[in-house]
Amino acid sequence: MKYIDEFRTGALAQKIAAKIASEVNPQRDYHFMEFCGGHTHAISRFGIIDLLPDNVHMIHGPGCPVCVLPIGRVESAIRLAQKPGLILCSYGDMLRIPTASGMSLLKAKAQGADVRMVYSSADAIKIAQNNLQHQVVFFAIGFETTTPPTAVAIKQAQALDLNNFSVFCNHVLTPSAISHILQSAEVRQLGLVPLDGFIGPAHVSVVIGSQPYEYFAEEFQKPVVIAGFEPLDVMQAILMLIRQINTGRAEVENEFTRAVLPAGNIKAQLLVAEVFELRRIFEWRGLGLVPYSALKIKSCYADFDAEQRFQIPALSIADNKACECGAILRGVKRPQDCKIFGTVCTPENPIGSCMVSSEGACAAHYSYGRFRETNHVTSKEN
Amino acid sequence: MLMCLAIPACVEQLTNENHAIVNLGGIRKEISLALVEEIVPGDYVIVHVGFALQKLDQTEAERTLAMFAEISALNEENT
Repeated sequence: MKYIDEFRTGALAQKIAAKIASEVNPQRDYHFMEFCGGHTHAISRFGIIDLLPDNVHMIHGPGCPVCVLPIGRVESAIRLAQKPGLILCSYGDMLRIPTASGMSLLKAKAQGADVRMVYSSADAIKIAQNNLQHQVVFFAIGFETTTPPTAVAIKQAQALDLNNFSVFCNHVLTPSAISHILQSAEVRQLGLVPLDGFIGPAHVSVVIGSQPYEYFAEEFQKPVVIAGFEPLDVMQAILMLIRQINTGRAEVENEFTRAVLPAGNIKAQLLVAEVFELRRIFEWRGLGLVPYSALKIKSCYADFDAEQRFQIPALSIADNKACECGAILRGVKRPQDCKIFGTVCTPENPIGSCMVSSEGACAAHYSYGRFRETNHVTSKEN
Repeated sequence: MLMCLAIPACVEQLTNENHAIVNLGGIRKEISLALVEEIVPGDYVIVHVGFALQKLDQTEAERTLAMFAEISALNEENT
């Protein structure tokens, strides 16, 4: 397909890999975090690690929207779904996230709750239009990419006078999560997570632009290179990061110029600003309570706010003790460091959220990385 | 469901109420144009959860590909 295949050419990837190998300083290590789950998936799927020198390390970040939602919010959604007559709609992966007791929206559905998987917020509006006698709640999650579609749905519900539609809003913000990681004790004091630079998200940046990252480059002296989701994009971004480090620069560079403008998509930003405002604090799986890191529905759209309509209490529930999702989301541990990875916890029967979504670090490693790793060990032993 | 793994799709025709039919490698799908402006058939858009997030800049795409090609040309000169 056009604009996909050209960015996946194996021969070119080898050439960029050769360039990277020739430019890295063998005297040092390079640690780069790919913030976004889409990049985590691409790195695993296309075997990018195998094309990098041994002193270039990729650390998975917390940019998987399904992964970072804490159990308390999932539990609240399940309780909503169990209300008689209520229809709960959400994106597919959300249905499979297990709570502490092993419950999920999918299991609630099996027990009779009306839970519907939707591809788009627009589908939830259609369900509300076709079920006027039922309350329809859209369980909205995601970073800056899914927020504008939710804003469109709320505005549409208002225009259509759909008083049976509301949104359980769980939208979160990328820059606050990056700040939180850079300010964490693990990065700043303990040195548990060495971080030399970031691969900036692709589609989040399509919406917010490249400007919001200037702060990280300046304040924390960390280079950021925004990259597209195709393997050549990621390889090129790694080369650009290495060049910045080697020349002592910490700048925001954009590799994904075919879709990311410095100011982003202003139309989408204005819609979001019209419908949402900052939450004072929000709980993230792995990161804990992060100030001003999420959005809530503005009071002028309170009629469409499920948290108000159904008086959803704030629940905080700890993860399963054996699950390392929290540490993996902070970049402190890798999926293979978790005791239950690939044994108790698999994509078919996930215990932690990172195994649910294909963008999750555990699911990506399970699907594409676990055999590669065994092969590596064997070939080194031989 | 791949929430973030959106891909570029070609706009085939504009439909009612700010929607369009896009072609994703042979699969035709109706998406919303509520978040973008001035889209015409033949444009490529980045599609995400049923919405076009941005028009793909075809000149910039060619420029990025040219940059990759330049890297390989340099490599060949050095070897």
